[in-house]
Amino acid sequence: MLGEGIVKGMLETAKNFAGSYVSKERLTTVEYPEERIAPIEAARVFPFLVYDGTDWESGLRCVACQICEKECPPKCIYIDKSKDKKPDALGKAQFYPSRFDIDISVCMSCQICVEVCPFEAIKMDNEFELATDDRFGGLLLDRKDLAKSNQYYHSIHPTEAAEVDARLAAEKAKADAKAKAAASAAAAKADPAAKAEGATKAKPESPMAGGD
Amino acid sequence: MGVLFYLIAALTLAGGLAVVLLKNTVHCALAVTVAFAGLALFFLQLDAQFAGFAQILVYIGAVAILVVFAILVTRGSTTPVGEVFSSSWLVGLAIAAGVFALFGWAVLESVWALPHESAVPAVTVRDIGNALVGRYVLPLEIVALLLTAATIGAVIVAMHEKERTR
Amino acid sequence: MATTLDQIFILLRDWITGFLPQAWRPAAGIVLGAATIVCLFPALFALAVWMERKGLGRMQNRLGPNRVGPFGLLQPIADGIKSLTKEDIVPLNADAAVHLLAPVVLVVTVFMGFAVLPMGRNMVLVDMDAGLLFFFAMGASTEVAVFMAGWSSRNKYSLLGAMRAVAQMISYEVVLLLSGVSVVMISGSLSLVKIASAQNHYTGWLPNWYIFTPWGLAGFIMFAIAATAETNRSPFDLPEGESELVAGYHTEYSGFKFALFFLGEYLAMFSISGLGTTLFLGGWSAPLSILTWVPSWIWFFAKVMVSIFVFIWMRGTLPRLRQDQLMNFAWKFVLPFTLINLMVTALWRFMGEGWERWAVCSLILAAVFVLMGKVGMRREHLGPRSYRYAE
Repeated sequence: MLGEGIVKGMLETAKNFAGSYVSKERLTTVEYPEERIAPIEAARVFPFLVYDGTDWESGLRCVACQICEKECPPKCIYIDKSKDKKPDALGKAQFYPSRFDIDISVCMSCQICVEVCPFEAIKMDNEFELATDDRFGGLLLDRKDLAKSNQYYHSIHPTEAAEVDARLAAEKAKADAKAKAAASAAAAKADPAAKAEGATKAKPESPMAGGD
Repeated sequence: MGVLFYLIAALTLAGGLAVVLLKNTVHCALAVTVAFAGLALFFLQLDAQFAGFAQILVYIGAVAILVVFAILVTRGSTTPVGEVFSSSWLVGLAIAAGVFALFGWAVLESVWALPHESAVPAVTVRDIGNALVGRYVLPLEIVALLLTAATIGAVIVAMHEKERTR
Repeated sequence: MATTLDQIFILLRDWITGFLPQAWRPAAGIVLGAATIVCLFPALFALAVWMERKGLGRMQNRLGPNRVGPFGLLQPIADGIKSLTKEDIVPLNADAAVHLLAPVVLVVTVFMGFAVLPMGRNMVLVDMDAGLLFFFAMGASTEVAVFMAGWSSRNKYSLLGAMRAVAQMISYEVVLLLSGVSVVMISGSLSLVKIASAQNHYTGWLPNWYIFTPWGLAGFIMFAIAATAETNRSPFDLPEGESELVAGYHTEYSGFKFALFFLGEYLAMFSISGLGTTLFLGGWSAPLSILTWVPSWIWFFAKVMVSIFVFIWMRGTLPRLRQDQLMNFAWKFVLPFTLINLMVTALWRFMGEGWERWAVCSLILAAVFVLMGKVGMRREHLGPRSYRYAE
């Protein structure tokens, strides 16, 4: 009958109107900035550098291999390699970035830098309230701004961080096992009974032990 | 009373003059609307409420719109490049003077040209209604027939165009 | 006490004009009344704008504006300040005089319509014998203003919007008039004051409003449809549809002239709600006979605000009608139904009191509604497509 649809429609809107005062599902507005929706775990905005431990300078995982700088599509990363080396998480002496700048006005959040990093050093942050009125440098984040702790990484991406930690721990265990095997082999060679063989064996072994 | 009459007369005459003197046709249509409004004010001043409001409703609300539509549909809204006054203005003046003389004679010779008007409305809507369905029912029905014919004609004209675009 | 509160504005006016000499009192009274209307209805307009934004928001599962004052109550004031301080842009080729006059004519004719509405017992600005006709005459004059606005912008799309608006307003004007005529037939007068007082009687507890009769209900529904179309409100707002014609006939207006158009539209909504209230909802009379102690003007404005809420409700619910659907609806359903309603009203009047006339009239109207709904609104079946090739 003519007019039936109108009546049904008006009843629905009336339900919306009245229900918006009582039930949350009829009023889905989140009043930003007083209220915020919790971000989902896989949310990503701009990259940050992970550091282990409490001192950001010494615990920084990045070894300035510059792979992310080369892979970045809009070329927003600028890295200066240091002249000296410092020990990394595995104890090896590595280079470190003396300058690591990301221009977040250029960054397009593609996550390629994260995907190519072999050291799990750069990960995606989910902080987006970075607007500033400083046009000429306010959106250029340097090394100190980008360095955030592993605990922070756990707090924003728990599953990912747990996986990364597991992988790093496994690598460290493997490296430790290899080192122990090498050390025990070296100790065995250092026995007076096999000193002569140790001397000949030590030479080909030393480049392997001192390698990357 | 006199001042009001002259004011309304000035408004109506201004509107009427503007109709013939303005260049832009749509401006002329708006000026004729002002003239209609002036006429309605005359009716109201004479306490003929029904006639005054019917004048506004019909003339301004419908006839003026009709005039404007006609102008727009026939592309008369472009400013004409020719002279506003035609070359045969003497003949026009003679005809206008003749018609004015005829109307003036009719008004002055008619019985209703009384020097004093009463303040109480002599004719109410009820009286008009009674007259329409009582004494003047035949003209009412004839006018209704005319209007029906006009409506049917309009519909036929519109329909014919639709069939032609097949 | 109740009577004093009811007549408080009349008493106030008499007290103020009492300070003036006798000859000036009627004129001063009218000037005072006109000034009150000019101040009151724009204030109600601000309230209606706030109601619309919050109400529409809630119907659309969101909050309306809530930053500018408590619950966003100062938002209309912020909007007013914004429109006053915006640059007034007039297109180079536009007809400047007509461009300026159009919103002025609109607002003036809409304000004039308020002069005949009885807003309470004895509270009408001008008691005219042909009050209803005056109201419709003012409504017809707004069409000229709409056309002036659309044409003076020298913009094809504005002109198109104006033409559509005028065509829509003319079609639904007839319906508005005819639904009013059935009320005039029963109450016997064109004066809105008499129509309102004719409905001020009670049978038992229930009021004698015309909406509670079969022909009154049908007439009210048709009046409501025509009123929505006259004021260019959703679902009939194609002339100002934002997604079709930017803003239709008021595209080229900015700043305060646009605010005047906005004001004109809402005032037209108020005045036509006031007319509908007077004609069908009993004007200033109370809904139950035990509630007559509440002042009459409170009832009038309450009914008008409820009507405004229903306008907002319809806007939040219904999608926009296309121009041809609009016109079809007007000429093929609403107008014939209104004519038949007129005949049923005549039948009602001449059948005399009793339950027979209720039964007969209700039956006829319901049958006609269902039939006409099926017949008049039948969609044409489009045949198979034919192609015409350029030879």
